[in-house]
Amino acid sequence: MGAPMFHLGGYDIGFSNSALVMLISLAAIITFLTLGMRKRATVPGRWQSMSEMSYNFVANMIGENIGPEGKKFFPLIFSLFMFVLFANLLGMFSFVPHGYAVTSQIAVTFALAILVFLTVTIYGFVKHGLHFFSLFAPSGVPLWILPFIIPIEMVSFLARPISLSIRLAAAMTAGHVLLEVIAGFIVTFIASLGVVYGITAGVLPLGLLVLLIGLEIFICFLQAYIFALLTSIYLHDAVHLH
Amino acid sequence: MELEILKYIGAGLMAFGMMGAAIGIGLIFSGAASGVARNPAAQDKIFKTALIGAVFAELMGLFSFVGIFILLFIK
Repeated sequence: MGAPMFHLGGYDIGFSNSALVMLISLAAIITFLTLGMRKRATVPGRWQSMSEMSYNFVANMIGENIGPEGKKFFPLIFSLFMFVLFANLLGMFSFVPHGYAVTSQIAVTFALAILVFLTVTIYGFVKHGLHFFSLFAPSGVPLWILPFIIPIEMVSFLARPISLSIRLAAAMTAGHVLLEVIAGFIVTFIASLGVVYGITAGVLPLGLLVLLIGLEIFICFLQAYIFALLTSIYLHDAVHLH
Repeated sequence: MELEILKYIGAGLMAFGMMGAAIGIGLIFSGAASGVARNPAAQDKIFKTALIGAVFAELMGLFSFVGIFILLFIK
């Protein structure tokens, strides 16, 4: 819906609110990390310890799931984790005009997921050559089962970007729709019962809403963690071949 | 008009997919709870594994949610 000069090959490449929110989350990450580490104190303050905690969290996850070879994937996984986390949280506390959770759109999450998928595939082929195909044949499986196992493993490998992107987008969409439905109860109460009774009855959905917002913030963290965790598990497959 | 009604019935039936995800997540965390009860020292590891399993089970429920959205809102 942008001006005609923002079209490239039939696609709208105008600066949308989606791009704005993504840029804001990028700026928030940079502010959080650089300003947090500005003092470089030996005994960290609150902000600095939060920056260090996010670093250690991802570094431990990579160490546990990939091993020492995973060190070179740290920038990728850390940026994915922080971006998804900040985009989720900015969606929760939407103070930007027309802002929303960009991670609730499959276009955004699929771009992240296909990046992970291509990294895993290309790295696997570069490291192992054609041996990478042994990923589809788990060792120790009887020979007569292999014709069944290989297509299943292949489909599950190819479905990874889809499941990774749909999980994040659907979880965020489901949470926000749930919040909207519960918040809509209050409006319905006031419209149908009148202002006094409506507000009195609306206290119940309001309390539920507060609880659900807490749950949603937890889910923001959980989904970012899961995204980074699955990325590191997939990279483990590419590095170690089962 | 009839088809329009069937679409809504289908969307409602699709919510049964979430029942499967709920049963799966319940089984996973009941297993994790009894595992922690037997070996409290392994709590962190068990919880992490349970979380990964729960995410895969949850995905099936989310697929049915996406299906409902496709049925209801995509013309």
